[in-house]
Amino acid sequence: MTSLPVASPGQKKLGLVIDLDTCVGCHACAVNCKEWNAGGVSAPLTDRNPYQDAPDGVWFNRIHSYEAGTGTASRTVHFPRSCLHCETPACVTVCPTGASYKRAEDGIVLVDPDRCIGCKLCSWACPYGAREYDVQEGVMKKCTLCVDRIYNEALPEADRVPACVSTCPAHARHFGDLGDPDSDVSKLVAEREGYALMPELGYAPVNRYLPPRPRAEPPAPPAPSGPPDIAGALLRWVDRVLSR
Amino acid sequence: MNPAFSVIFFTTASGAGYGMLFWLGLMAAIGAVPASGWFGVPALAVALGLSTAGLLSSTFHLGHPERAWRALSQWRSSWLSREGVAAIVTFIPALVLAVAWMAGAVPGRAGTVTGLIAALLAMLTVVCTAMIYASLRTIRQWHQPLVLPVYLLCAAFSGAVCAAAFLSCYPAGDPRLPALLAVAFGFAVLAAKLAYWRRIDRPVVAPDATGLGRFGTVRPLDPPHTEENYLLKEMGFRVARRHAARLRRIALMVGCVLPILLMVLALAGLGAPALLAAVPCMLIGLFVERWLFFAEATHVVRLYYGR
Repeated sequence: MTSLPVASPGQKKLGLVIDLDTCVGCHACAVNCKEWNAGGVSAPLTDRNPYQDAPDGVWFNRIHSYEAGTGTASRTVHFPRSCLHCETPACVTVCPTGASYKRAEDGIVLVDPDRCIGCKLCSWACPYGAREYDVQEGVMKKCTLCVDRIYNEALPEADRVPACVSTCPAHARHFGDLGDPDSDVSKLVAEREGYALMPELGYAPVNRYLPPRPRAEPPAPPAPSGPPDIAGALLRWVDRVLSR
Repeated sequence: MNPAFSVIFFTTASGAGYGMLFWLGLMAAIGAVPASGWFGVPALAVALGLSTAGLLSSTFHLGHPERAWRALSQWRSSWLSREGVAAIVTFIPALVLAVAWMAGAVPGRAGTVTGLIAALLAMLTVVCTAMIYASLRTIRQWHQPLVLPVYLLCAAFSGAVCAAAFLSCYPAGDPRLPALLAVAFGFAVLAAKLAYWRRIDRPVVAPDATGLGRFGTVRPLDPPHTEENYLLKEMGFRVARRHAARLRRIALMVGCVLPILLMVLALAGLGAPALLAAVPCMLIGLFVERWLFFAEATHVVRLYYGR
């Protein structure tokens, strides 16, 4: 059913918290996501022309790098983009077949590939570019929040997190229940003032982004000295040459 | 948005088909059409043929056309599903109307009732088609109050042009009423489209897609991928402003002004040739109009790519 499940109080809302302060833009999350999901419930994640001109393929993570601000105040921010598992996702309600659905028990948004007719309307309805069409399979694909990992009892408990989270070398990705105010992720969001993307569109994304921390004050420029210290400069040069 | 031929043809052809059915139903209800089934059945066949061609075309862009029937199931939440259901349900009164026409019940009470039901359902189908687009908050040019009226007016106008042309081919047919309606609705389409374009041309402040606006201007530094992906192919289509302006003029001149002139000429005595010539003009013009509707639509996801 593409009608949304009725949210109960204390509803479990599984999602990701992505730290834009520590993300180094290495794309490991995208690669490990691709690796896991190419064999997971959404398999295969088809690539077209992978070794030729204009390669194209299905990926659930895309990592943008932006420059925010201008001049000396600017900063580079790496920005991983994936499904935000919205509370009121239009991608689900526009689906004419019931292939797209939001799970009542944990809020994960999924696509049933056996029901999808490949009309692509859900990808039009998503403002975050979370859905990518698999041309070869003729169905829409999207992040599953690694539903086949997080409940997988064949995996050690520590590995029962989405592939992108487990692989992040900078610990910039956190996974948990954002519906529980006492969960680690909720506390992290509260502490770091995590924000939702484009909340004004009304889809109530679950994932949160932690903004880059304020920068430390730049060191004061060296005080202008008096007349040039030629003897000192000579000594420093001698010191540099001798210490080679 | 990528202007896919199959979807543009779908909205244009099925709009004209349901528009023609709308007028045939109404005219059957008031008895303004030839009573002979030899007129009614072919006329309905043309209307339903246009709609069917459009609906079939819309399945060509599906990844799994053989599963298209599944699209009828989610009418509670999905405008696309509602559109599919309405499109098919409309065939029932249309076919009953055809039978009634053959049986000599048009004009008559049976013709009036089925004609009105067919007209109402045809209109609802076009409403659903328009709402597929108008309900998407992600696309500014579609999430506009004028999109629904434009779709309805285009369907009414193109349907009237088709009905007038068909009536003129029939010896006992009097195309004056649909020709007059086509003139009126042609002007309405003209006005609605001009208002729509003025509305979408207004400068808007793009949303802060990344939430990084707090630091100042956000500029893409490194793209996530070097080639075009699905998102950019489907949602990244860009049409040059200069071309769009020219195409807008073509759409209105060929799609509205020329058919209106031909209708006026026909009413002034030129008759069938003018009415028939108006059909291809209207179809080409509305096709360009629908192409622009897609090509000029900008999806919010493009902001992540700095487009």
